Amino acid sequence: MNIGNIIKVSGPLVVADNMQDARMYDVVRVSDKKLIGEIIELKGDIASIQVYEETEGLGPGEPVFLTGEPLSVELGPGLIQSIFDGIQRPLDIIREKTGDRISRGINIPALDRSRKWHFKPMLKKGESVIGGDVLAEVEETALIKHRILVPVGVSGVIEDILEGDFTVVENICRVKTKEGINNISMLQRWPVRTPRVFKEKLIPKDPLITGQRVIDTFFPVAKGGTACIPGPFGSGKTVVEHQLAKWSNAEVVVYIGCGERGNEMTDVLMEFPHLKDPRSGEPLLKRTVLIANTSNMPVAAREASIYTGITIAEYFRDMGYNVAVMADSTSRWAEALREISGRLEEMPGEEGYPAYLGSRVAEFYERAGRVICLGKDSREGTLSVVGAVSPPGGDLSDPVVQATLRVVKVFWSLEDKLAYKRHFPAINWLMSYSLYLDNIEGFLKKEIGEDFIELRRSAMRLLQEESELEEIARLVGIGSLSDRDRLTLEAARSIREDFLHQHAFHEVDTYSSFIKQHKMLSLIIKYYSESKRALEKGVSFGEIASLKVRESIARAKYIDEHEIEKIDRISEALSQEIESKISGGGKNA
Amino acid sequence: MLKEYLTVSSIVGPLVFVEKIEDVKYGEIAQIEFGDGNIRMGRVLEVSTDVALVQVFEGTRGIDVYKSKVKFLGKGIELGVSLDMLGRVFDGFGRPKDGGPQILAEKDIGISGNPLNPCARNYPSEFIQTGISAIDGLNTLVRGQKLPIFSGSGLPHSKIAAQIARQAKVLGKEEKFAVVFGAMGITFEEAEFFISDFKDTGAIERAVLFMNLADESAIERIATPRMALTCAEYLAFEKNMHVLVILSDMTMYCEALREVSAARKEIPGRRGYPGYLYTDLATLYERAGRIREKPGSITLIPVLTMPEDDKTHPIPDLTGYITEGQTILSRELHRKGIYPPIDVLPSLSRLKDKGIGKGKTREDHSDVLNQLFACYARGREAKELAVILGEAALSDIDRLYSKFSDRFEDEFLRQGEYEDRTIAETLNIGWKLLAIFPKEELKRVREEYLSKYYNKL
Repeated sequence: MNIGNIIKVSGPLVVADNMQDARMYDVVRVSDKKLIGEIIELKGDIASIQVYEETEGLGPGEPVFLTGEPLSVELGPGLIQSIFDGIQRPLDIIREKTGDRISRGINIPALDRSRKWHFKPMLKKGESVIGGDVLAEVEETALIKHRILVPVGVSGVIEDILEGDFTVVENICRVKTKEGINNISMLQRWPVRTPRVFKEKLIPKDPLITGQRVIDTFFPVAKGGTACIPGPFGSGKTVVEHQLAKWSNAEVVVYIGCGERGNEMTDVLMEFPHLKDPRSGEPLLKRTVLIANTSNMPVAAREASIYTGITIAEYFRDMGYNVAVMADSTSRWAEALREISGRLEEMPGEEGYPAYLGSRVAEFYERAGRVICLGKDSREGTLSVVGAVSPPGGDLSDPVVQATLRVVKVFWSLEDKLAYKRHFPAINWLMSYSLYLDNIEGFLKKEIGEDFIELRRSAMRLLQEESELEEIARLVGIGSLSDRDRLTLEAARSIREDFLHQHAFHEVDTYSSFIKQHKMLSLIIKYYSESKRALEKGVSFGEIASLKVRESIARAKYIDEHEIEKIDRISEALSQEIESKISGGGKNA
Repeated sequence: MLKEYLTVSSIVGPLVFVEKIEDVKYGEIAQIEFGDGNIRMGRVLEVSTDVALVQVFEGTRGIDVYKSKVKFLGKGIELGVSLDMLGRVFDGFGRPKDGGPQILAEKDIGISGNPLNPCARNYPSEFIQTGISAIDGLNTLVRGQKLPIFSGSGLPHSKIAAQIARQAKVLGKEEKFAVVFGAMGITFEEAEFFISDFKDTGAIERAVLFMNLADESAIERIATPRMALTCAEYLAFEKNMHVLVILSDMTMYCEALREVSAARKEIPGRRGYPGYLYTDLATLYERAGRIREKPGSITLIPVLTMPEDDKTHPIPDLTGYITEGQTILSRELHRKGIYPPIDVLPSLSRLKDKGIGKGKTREDHSDVLNQLFACYARGREAKELAVILGEAALSDIDRLYSKFSDRFEDEFLRQGEYEDRTIAETLNIGWKLLAIFPKEELKRVREEYLSKYYNKL
């Protein structure tokens, strides 16, 4: 192929001529330093290239080498527990080879070529296979059995299949197809900008259980669903993303740190090996893939990082797993788009963002879903996406927020006012919504309890009434409210402080099982209904406000999952105390 | 022999266009010689086959199209570093400004700095005691953190920054410590305040100062923080020192960036600032931190003045998205005569949770700070309500909260400029204030700490 010739360098954008063999979005190597770039515009034989590494020191006249391939990721055993940069270079190995700082032109394969994995076939010679069939399960970590799939588009008869320890590049199977013999290794490649293929898309039906009360109970996201968390800085986006990465019941988590703080990735790297998965007891890192393009790393790779992440996630989905992608933050990705678009001198849309921002955002979130995977066994996989958005000044009219809200089904609205009060997670319960409530109703009724939906409705009604009553109280003073209204305020306060508020760094409170959430919520609603009954029997609000059991209700969140029946005892104590108030009040009257 | 070009074709604002160039690289440093022999420095911002666009750091005044000679030096901007830099004052471009001799550089380092591999970072977790209760108690600073001060014009941010520089220490350790100060566009008086404060306390011996004052070239400011951080990286990661970097004022830096962007006719982002402002600021702020297996650290305190005290202005906004929290100063507290006027509610330290608690500060720290925040927030709300409805309309408990918020501002926040409180003192003041509430109100504190500290001090 022809070798291109640089004619202009402007930041991450390089323009080269003599590029007649180039195709859009092909990967190129820029200069003798072999910097990685991608073609994003073609005019005649002149190509504009976004370069994924620092371009300082490049100049006109230097060569550009074509690879003829689109930007792709390597898929195979070894992905889990790895940390990659935006274009899937392994950061831990880069550190071993080149030191603490990332220098340029590093060319290291994403997956370790020397490590051997035990391959034990599940199919035999002579069996016919189609793309997506499971050839074998390789034990990647204690938590993940990596299913080796027949590559998409390959179908035929197994000529030969081996058993033993192999590296990812060694051939393990030969399939005879119409076109000839196809050699299969454990490593596959897939272009990141093309969604991976599946058989059929389905409507999500089960909740992604996160252990976060405000999310699971009020604004749940379904397995295969999409959610976004917009919020100003300091409102706790990253903490929510981390909590979901830690505790959600996905089998594989892909965490994309896109243009965010370096220390946040370090935090994940240092903390996850020590955190135990609440279901299996194994370290959480054993189900996690990390993609890190921190804010000081080259901007163009930031644009690629979310595609790299979601392609890896789709690959695990295709094995039949429930996968969750956390993208923090999609605003940085959009800004990278804007920066490159500006340098291409494209006509800007809103706020300088390119006009195609909306369609790019929609394309990204649409890669989520519950699907029937390729392959004869028709297994089901889900891919859920949770994206953080960082709008300037927390302003929700920001184009990235608006483009995102148009496509996602769950909106967790983070509010700085709540954060200032240290009400975390600072998710506003009146602004947020989830469109999956109906989808997962069946699951809740069956698994959690028939009454759960009614409880949630009562709680939400109390919160709504609270906001109206607060308005009135602000105008006329709390003293002029009726006892019944004051009880409503008190109960709503209890929902806010004792249920919605959750301490991410408290060893017990950080995770609440659905059972515990159910018990806690019933307790608070019971407190409300029992107190209301007492009020009707003539007990004064003052007496109800001084119930001793209130303190136990407030502390219910710190009850360990193993001693969950303690909540039932609080409930009994509540009944007794109310009973005694009612009979005591009767005596006085 | 380097080629000299006499081919300057046009000059726009801080930018010079040089034609008919050969073999010029992006990011390369350029040296421009005037007709009268004066020399200025610049950097290549864009290069195509025959034109290079050079940004001139000392401004373009006096440059002429026909007589100026341009030389490209074949390397990026570098800073010569050495331990002799301690105790010295430099200009915004790293040249001695104190009349002292040139630095004999141990080596020259490019000032852009390569990004740190996230795998190489060590998570900051060592508590720094600043002696200021509002910071130590509620928005704790840890070693390797980047924690900006969001201020406004007329607020005492310099005093607070100087107090932190003076009092900051890690408990129970004697270690090599240095301060690097980068001044961008601050006034002579402000600069003098720092220099004399450093001199009075003897801190000047272990300080390096880079000064670009208000009357000096605005474009030079773009290089100044990079000079300061390059020097800090050398001291921290090669000489194993704990370096505190203060950069003041970031607003002036961003304006310089905007000036260049406007001259290049780039499509502006919000308020005319370039779309890459976030990325640019990140390449500065992210240079703070710690590296595994290296004893040194860089703790970064950028100071910025918010135009009209507006936190949503692009500069504080983007800064807040990159830094690990923020310390926000309040004009209202300042008017009440409270020093330091730190508005603790919107202030935040993201790294505090790993830096406090048993063995670091005190076991009860996390609970106490949550409780203080919750009480103060509710107290402020109660006070707002009282303004509308009158004190009488408050419930008994809200009156208590209102009283708490007054005492909190007066006893916890307020302290002397030279008052150095230990963390135990800070927490004990907190407990003293919390004691005005009945025990049941203190829901955020664990039972064990309540029985140990509540009303015991």
